Amino acid sequence: MNAPMTQPKIRVRGLKKYFGDKKVLDDVDIDIVAGTGLVVIGGSGSGKSVLIKSILGLVTPDSGVIEIDGIDVLKAPRAQARALRAQIGMLFQNGALFDSLPVWENVAFGLLAEKKIKRSQARAKAIEFLAQVGLADNVASLSPAELSGGMQKRVALARAIASAPAIMFFDEPTTGLDPIMGAVIDELIVDCVKRLGSTSIAITHDMASAVRIGDTAAMLYEGKITWTGKASDLLTSANPVVDQFTHGRAEGPIKMALRR
Amino acid sequence: MKAILNVIGHIGAVVLDALGLVGELAIFAGTGIGAIFRPPFYPRRIGAALMEIGFFSLPVVSLTALFTGMVLALQSYTGFSRFNAESAIASVVILSVTRELGPVLAGLMVSGRAGAAMAAELGTMRVTDQIDALSTLSTEPMQYLVAPRLLAGTIAMPLLVVIADILGVMGGFLVAWLKLGFNPNTYLINSFTNLRAEDVLSGLIKAAVFGFVIALMGCFNGYRSKGGAQGVGAATTSAVVSASILILALDYILTQLLFTAK
Ligand SMILES: Nc1ncnc2c1ncn2[C@@H]1O[C@H](COP(=O)(O)OP(=O)(O)OP(=O)(O)O)[C@@H](O)[C@H]1O
Ligand SMILES: [Mg+2]
Repeated sequence: MNAPMTQPKIRVRGLKKYFGDKKVLDDVDIDIVAGTGLVVIGGSGSGKSVLIKSILGLVTPDSGVIEIDGIDVLKAPRAQARALRAQIGMLFQNGALFDSLPVWENVAFGLLAEKKIKRSQARAKAIEFLAQVGLADNVASLSPAELSGGMQKRVALARAIASAPAIMFFDEPTTGLDPIMGAVIDELIVDCVKRLGSTSIAITHDMASAVRIGDTAAMLYEGKITWTGKASDLLTSANPVVDQFTHGRAEGPIKMALRR
Repeated sequence: MKAILNVIGHIGAVVLDALGLVGELAIFAGTGIGAIFRPPFYPRRIGAALMEIGFFSLPVVSLTALFTGMVLALQSYTGFSRFNAESAIASVVILSVTRELGPVLAGLMVSGRAGAAMAAELGTMRVTDQIDALSTLSTEPMQYLVAPRLLAGTIAMPLLVVIADILGVMGGFLVAWLKLGFNPNTYLINSFTNLRAEDVLSGLIKAAVFGFVIALMGCFNGYRSKGGAQGVGAATTSAVVSASILILALDYILTQLLFTAK
């Protein structure tokens, strides 16, 4: 068992997911080395969210292998799969804040559930995390519905990182934020991931952000990973699909695929 | 020939769908009941569900019971006075209310109020990923969302029905005394001499079953709803309709099981 040095933290092979007749994921392969960050890019509706929800166990794929720490969570016994997935903290694309609970209880939810803190300390702890995402303590007692979309996103980020998960998934962390706040959140993600030594997958449409938070990058296109490489190479890739996508060109292979 | 085969195929598909749904419901109910007895427990959630199902349903259940008791006294007077059997009115009112009308009417009312609210809340949580978010935060949604509601429904309904019974009997009493001119003492004596513990008890057993069914249908329909606001609306409707039908059907079955002819 000398494997852990080379064994990726997350390994996906031949992942397929259909919704009815619609082919969303078709043979997706991914490797993420422990302690590194992967950025997934791809057009709207290309299956990025479905991909990370499959790893989380929220979507059941039709076939394929999903390994966390070398164990296939699709075949492992329920309890073991659950324990492996419990390492994952997730920022949902739409925030998914609990609207029946105040902001501070949302942020402290995971810590309370894991009994890492007492209820009496939860509020103070939550306010610390809110400060990290640039929110003042007067936000703590508001209900999520009273926040702007960008503020909700930041509360959701605070909730996702509060219990210091070993794996973090960020589904469009900076969408809906102004450019400065976006950069601040990127820094926070990088800082958090590096400090905790976490492994991360981030989905983003923002190329500047992708380069900042990713070590490696993958482009999902027509149900497959068409390109993987260093995140810093995203903007200079010779792959025509990646080139067109990252530079937002109207002309190129992607548009033709849509027209067909 | 092809048309006939189509029709048979269609019927088959509908039957399979329905059976699949029953199977899903059975698994959901089993998981939910299991979750009630498995830690962690969420006393706060149970408390909130008790308030929602029990306390906030009090006004509507009370009013329904009161008016039902009043109408019952008037109607049975019309009937029984034709046989000079007015003295039976007290018995008829108290037996109908405790054995039958208390639990059934309270059940229908609570299903319209609390069952609908449950389906809407869980449905919204489902379509906005909140249920998925729970499971990424070390919390089992069945235990956090469903178990407390099932438990609270089963506890709250009998309590509501005790109050409904009292108000229903009081409604009948007030009409008999103030409108029909009965002697209040005689009416009360007539009421309680014929009442047995099992009359009240059978009503409370029904209430507990109905409470469970209301919470189950609210949670089940909310939990599996999909497709945005429209899906949540549909879940709410089917929670109320299915709970109401089940209450009426189970009422007959339970009455037969608990039937005492004495
Ligand atoms: N529960 C579901 N039922 C049916 N189809 C679904 C479901 N979830 C996703 N899809 C479909 O799968 C495809 C991929 O969806 P997904 O949410 O992964 O896209 P995405 O890449 O995250 O896009 P975006 O960048 O817009 O968030 C879409 O076409 C969507 O319609
Ligand atoms: Mg998405």
